[in-house]
Amino acid sequence: MTLIMPAPEPEILSRRDELIERLSAILPAQNLIVDETARRAYECDAFTMYRALPLVVALPETVAQVSAILALAAEMNVKVVPRGSGTSLSGGSMPLEDGILLGMSKFNRILEIDYENRCARVQPGVQNLAISKAVEGRGFYYAPDPSSQIACSIGGNVAENAGGVHCLKYGLTTNNILGLEVVLMGGEVIRLGGKHLDSEAYDLLGLMTGSEGLLGVVTEVTVRILQKPAVARGLLLGFASVAAGARFVGAVIARGIIPGGMEMMDKATIHAVERFQPCGYPLDAEAIVIVELDGTQAEVDYLVGLVEAIARDEGATTTKVSNSEAERLQFWAGRKNAFPAVSCIKPDYLCMDGTIPRARLPEVLAGMDEIAKREGLQVANVFHAGDGNLHPLILYDASIEGEMERAEKVGFDILRLCVAVGGVLTGEHGVGVEKRDLMGEMFNETDLDQQLRVKCAFDSLNRLNPGKVFPTLHRCAEFGMMHVSDGKTPFPDLPRF
Amino acid sequence: MDAALATLDIRDAADAVEALRAANARHKPLAIVGAGTKKRLGRHSPLQEQISTGALTGVTLYEPEELVLSARAGTALREIEELLDAHDQQLAFEPMDYAPMLDGAARHATIGGVIAVNASGPRRIKAGAARDHLLGFHCVTGRGDIVKSGGRVMKNVTGYDLSKLVCGSYGTLALLTEVTLKVLPKAETEQTLLVLGLDEASSLAHLRRASGAPHEVSSFAMLPAGAAPLRLDANAALLRIEGPEISVSTRRDALIAQLGDSGARFETLRQAESVALWAALRDAAPVAPHSGQVWRVSVAPTDGIKLVETLRRFGAPILAHFYDWAGGLVWLCLEPAEDAHAAAIRSAVDAYGGHATLIRASEEIRARVDVFHPQPAPLAALTKRAKESFDPGHILERGRMREAF
Repeated sequence: MTLIMPAPEPEILSRRDELIERLSAILPAQNLIVDETARRAYECDAFTMYRALPLVVALPETVAQVSAILALAAEMNVKVVPRGSGTSLSGGSMPLEDGILLGMSKFNRILEIDYENRCARVQPGVQNLAISKAVEGRGFYYAPDPSSQIACSIGGNVAENAGGVHCLKYGLTTNNILGLEVVLMGGEVIRLGGKHLDSEAYDLLGLMTGSEGLLGVVTEVTVRILQKPAVARGLLLGFASVAAGARFVGAVIARGIIPGGMEMMDKATIHAVERFQPCGYPLDAEAIVIVELDGTQAEVDYLVGLVEAIARDEGATTTKVSNSEAERLQFWAGRKNAFPAVSCIKPDYLCMDGTIPRARLPEVLAGMDEIAKREGLQVANVFHAGDGNLHPLILYDASIEGEMERAEKVGFDILRLCVAVGGVLTGEHGVGVEKRDLMGEMFNETDLDQQLRVKCAFDSLNRLNPGKVFPTLHRCAEFGMMHVSDGKTPFPDLPRF
Repeated sequence: MDAALATLDIRDAADAVEALRAANARHKPLAIVGAGTKKRLGRHSPLQEQISTGALTGVTLYEPEELVLSARAGTALREIEELLDAHDQQLAFEPMDYAPMLDGAARHATIGGVIAVNASGPRRIKAGAARDHLLGFHCVTGRGDIVKSGGRVMKNVTGYDLSKLVCGSYGTLALLTEVTLKVLPKAETEQTLLVLGLDEASSLAHLRRASGAPHEVSSFAMLPAGAAPLRLDANAALLRIEGPEISVSTRRDALIAQLGDSGARFETLRQAESVALWAALRDAAPVAPHSGQVWRVSVAPTDGIKLVETLRRFGAPILAHFYDWAGGLVWLCLEPAEDAHAAAIRSAVDAYGGHATLIRASEEIRARVDVFHPQPAPLAALTKRAKESFDPGHILERGRMREAF
């Protein structure tokens, strides 16, 4: 199973010198990376399985420069791949050999903090965690907290609609931003939203969020900031089976409790974590669940009591409740170490990201185990239990011939299983190139055609991040006028990869 | 009753496909009607044939432990809310009932209509709008294609988030056939703290102070003296606190301690009274009974009062008004004018950033004055292209949102 990207267009490659010359008129020399060694640094993002050397790397610092670059790209018919911090796990910012890599890292300023209106205006290259750091002095924070929050940029968060462990209660990126400034392919600058709520027309702000850099380049984000909960307490619970753990999670929600975080880990992960850095997880448990309750002191204490009772009813084999901040963080330490810990079992892992209806967890876990065994591989699981978002880690050794391919096959089969039980391909990592060829598992041709038409409304030349998300190329001009009928594929002559 | 040319009752998506393909072939526009409670909302257009979703009913999936519910578009909101209520759950975005405002039949809205207008209520700041709760949908596009998007799980970034696009599209993109919603537990109990006796500006400042404190207030409104539904003799800042009883009382006391330095008086509304108050505010009860033109304006919380003060300074004949969303949502009822005061209101809003929607005015005025806030040219052009990606023939709800489509 090899990833096939659109073939580099000879016409673009042959005009590289002209492109560089015209980019030099827009950007200072130090903001344009031309030589091969320096370009190598950008050849992949956090999805490292596939790499490509970008045609040229442009690092604009102003909206005018972004606009001029996109106008030039449209005029010269050159592809553009936007990139934030390059932490995408799905290859969303993987470069194209015939494309400009548009790095937004120099857009790194917090423009305004407006405490009265509970929001901040930031440039897209600002790191997720830097926003919380900037407002924590007055007790505020920015809610979405992807694991990569120390490195990932808010612009990338918008592109991927990033989540985190607290999103069941506090929402994803899309629920936590108020406004965007966007440069369209062709150079037009538009503003969506602002400091107010909801839209005067179509919710293009919501559409842009999670569009994986295919619709426009974000140059400013207005985020909501929230007051930090007064207190947070954790519970560490062990269960004799995954099914019992899943029943517990369902019972908590059925009781009307929405915890700030609710994470599950399976036995393989528990043991890996305990070997890596012991943090007191019960080794006899088949699954553990970490529950975090946050809010006011009185409410949290009351809810801790309720959750303890539910755990007892559901037959928890271990129950620990944090009585200090240090103890709460100790519960989380293993979860936060889970990814490096499993690297001790095998040197490489593929992290999947399907979401399933939570009730199907036991059968999906059993199914994943079977899929992995068929290929002679092992899967370790961490799981955002509250919202059904699974992160199976498929362990492999890239130095062993064929193992990476087998790991990919396991990953694809696991995602097919997620879709088959009513779930989805990706909960928070994005489709990118990684899951592009699986889109047909979830959507039929007509569904995908509608999404492609939306793409055409923004980028009629299909120059912005092509080859990502959708398994087929298309021509917008004919597309728009064409009525698809009887499920027939329009344009059978167009390349599929 | 408004007359209509003809109404097609559809039983399923296939019927809708047939109707839309035929309409495309004849270049004839089609309006969508559920229960008809919002037919006076939006721009007024010449009579059009209608598709009715009235027969497209029924909850198709409800799993309380998974916090998910699916229903066909014509299902009555009331039926859904009663089902959820029986499981101590709710649609946390509190969809407004437009009936008191627009002389429709009370509590008759369909879930499809609720999504089409991106309904939201007083819990908007904390819980979001309809857009934040629509997990996925099935529809027939204006082109006549059966399309689905999203899913039934809470966390999903597979493909474009078209759910956001259909929320608030007033049926101009697609006819929704089925929607899947995130549902949430109801709070065990609620109280409302009334902060009384301050002027308008300080009342609003109190709302903002409360919204910056960790007391998890879920709604923040300001009711001028004399206004329905409470008809108090003083201005009131209203703070809704929801949760377990022990927590609610503790947080109310903490709020009183925080805000007690201002010379305000405090009163508390308990469960039933509190529920009734927020239902009334959700339906814009302070302005609905006044006869006049009604606007709904969304700005940053600090700008709501500035807008009202600017309008007063220019002598705008405001008959009634109130604030929600910590001051960021302003409902205004004004004496009727030829342009419904659109120029004055919109130029004031444009100075701050935000949007103003004309909710109630005569058909003649809603045909002539922009009901939805005008957009800058590049955004208007993009909006039209987005429309045409679903409905290139401008068949669905022609003219409902914008003159251009």
